[in-house]
Amino acid sequence: MKKSLSMLLAGAMLVSVLAGCGGNTSSSSETGSTDESTASGTAFKVGGTAPLTGTAAIYGNAVKNGAELAAEEINAEGGDIQFEVVFEDDENNTEKAVSAYNALKDEGIQLSLGAVTSKPGEAIAPLLEEDHIFALTPSASSPANIENNDVVFQMCFSDPNQGLASADYIADQQLGTKIGIIYKSDDVYSTGILEQFKAEAQTKGLEIVAEESFMDGMDTDFSVQLNACKSAGADLLFLPIYYTPASLILTQANQMGYAPKFFGVDGMDGILTVENFDTALAEGVMLLTPFNADATDEATVNFVTKYEEKYDETPNQFAADAYDCMYAYKLALETAGCTPDMSASDLCDAMIETFPTITFTGLTGDGAGITWDSDGAVSKSPKGMIIENGAYVGMD
Amino acid sequence: MSFLSHLISGISLGSIYAIIALGYTMVYGIAKMLNFAHGDVIMVGGYMCFCATVYLGWPSIAGVALAVVVCTLLGVVIERLAYKPLRQAPALAVLITAIGVSYFLQNAALLIWGSSTKSFTSVVGGSPISLFDGQLTIAPVTIVTVVICVVIMVALTLFTNKSKAGTAMRAVSEDKGAAQLMGINVNTTISLTFAIGSGLAAIAGVLLCSAYPTLMPTTGSMPGIKAFTAAVFGGIGSIPGAFVGGILLGIIEIFAGAYISTQLSNAIVFAVLIIVLLVKPDGLLGKHISEKV
Repeated sequence: MKKSLSMLLAGAMLVSVLAGCGGNTSSSSETGSTDESTASGTAFKVGGTAPLTGTAAIYGNAVKNGAELAAEEINAEGGDIQFEVVFEDDENNTEKAVSAYNALKDEGIQLSLGAVTSKPGEAIAPLLEEDHIFALTPSASSPANIENNDVVFQMCFSDPNQGLASADYIADQQLGTKIGIIYKSDDVYSTGILEQFKAEAQTKGLEIVAEESFMDGMDTDFSVQLNACKSAGADLLFLPIYYTPASLILTQANQMGYAPKFFGVDGMDGILTVENFDTALAEGVMLLTPFNADATDEATVNFVTKYEEKYDETPNQFAADAYDCMYAYKLALETAGCTPDMSASDLCDAMIETFPTITFTGLTGDGAGITWDSDGAVSKSPKGMIIENGAYVGMD
Repeated sequence: MSFLSHLISGISLGSIYAIIALGYTMVYGIAKMLNFAHGDVIMVGGYMCFCATVYLGWPSIAGVALAVVVCTLLGVVIERLAYKPLRQAPALAVLITAIGVSYFLQNAALLIWGSSTKSFTSVVGGSPISLFDGQLTIAPVTIVTVVICVVIMVALTLFTNKSKAGTAMRAVSEDKGAAQLMGINVNTTISLTFAIGSGLAAIAGVLLCSAYPTLMPTTGSMPGIKAFTAAVFGGIGSIPGAFVGGILLGIIEIFAGAYISTQLSNAIVFAVLIIVLLVKPDGLLGKHISEKV
């Protein structure tokens, strides 16, 4: 008797729980649809996920600052295109990026800035595709961000291009003959650059004498990797990694009395802003970046002055890429004749059609302008920089 | 020559593990509990030294002193607030509390200092020593770390074996109830153990950050786990065991990375631990105490 009663009660509970679930899902989808229809307003709502805290926080905050500065300028002009920019923190973590993206969707974004870093970018790309929201990522550079989907475009050059350009640069400028590489084996960004670099190095006749790797959670002690490069006689170390491990590599190489040339890519950007980092160690470090804050053209000077005024620091390429993203959006929206009351899905169709047709002139391209192919890859050329007296100086 | 430089890297890393493991082993040997918050006390020590030297501009020796003082107090406070009320509770409850304290410290650091990485200035100055025409270089911090590690190990052994407070500690470790009946204040003795363990953690933190100059709220967690492994490896509760275990673990980790694969070095370290525990369940220098029925 008691047993059957308890079974009955359990059954009743199960039913009520299921009913609760059903009720929740239907109500949430309703609010979702109302959000979409009421997203109309006077401004386009643009949102992105970014590592605002954590080991890549310098990138995330630079992107946020750059995008907000551009939106402010565009809004101040008072034209038809007005922007509202929102960011959510993803801590450079794939799971957090998905929740950050969902939060942005709930806020009703119409256009996306994707993610700032590659791994979170790859995590949210399928969601953007599914929800049919267009994204122009300022800096998520791995090819997987734009492959297998129609909706994500890149403002930064892709990883294979960086690997290619780095090898060309080292070979053409005869920077080193024996190359050592330290890369991060569990990061698509790092391995993507590495593969193309190795292929191009072979055709250019560069000798790679050491190829060393590290992983998440094992990224503080580089003595093994540096020793291997040193004993192999590497005179140039290629570092396709982010600035945090790079700063440790520079310090530990110095402690070992090992002084090769260091060559980084866009991930090296930010090394001068690590708190309490001895920037003397970064003297002579070379890196490829699409943006030079010391350039004297009017657009760059204007951007750098305003940025320094507002945020009290010199903008890096991430800020410049994000700034360019907003102006590229402005150009594309004007070209396509879009209005802020359009739904995210309609805007997405318009953007996919428009982006491959426009030529955009911004901070991070050269005189020829920036163009996109229909896959979403950008065409622009990286610039070689060298760190001298704690600042970037163009190498050409 | 590369063998020698790998060996030096291994000893350097191992000495840091050893200092941390000494703290683990002291607390375990006397209070019979695993203080999983030990790794995070290391991180606090690092931040204290960083703040003193960078924000306040103090000389590095004063920074180290501040770190030791703050961590010692922190250790005593943690013990009073989190572990003392659980003195009679089952060991599992204390273990969970320790994990809680560990997360509390990490998140507090996240709130206070933020999550962005800070670059730590080594407290040991001087240029690297170059031998054999620069083929072999030794960083000054390596030498200092090894020397400090040996000094601490010897001092702790003398302290527990010769001093009155040390004798009290060993008595508490063997039988709390009997020690109390003999007039030993068990609570004070356990507090003293935590104070010493946490002071050591501060020194380990400063040396860790000097050798691998980066500082974030999770700085202490991985070395903490490795050092715990080292303590078990050498025989938990044994002071020379922690020293031997720490050094060996450091050397195995570096050699595995250098001659087998950097990808697999952690896996190899833990595989060695498993093998050692299968052959000698009490660790290399652990004492086997048979239960009397």
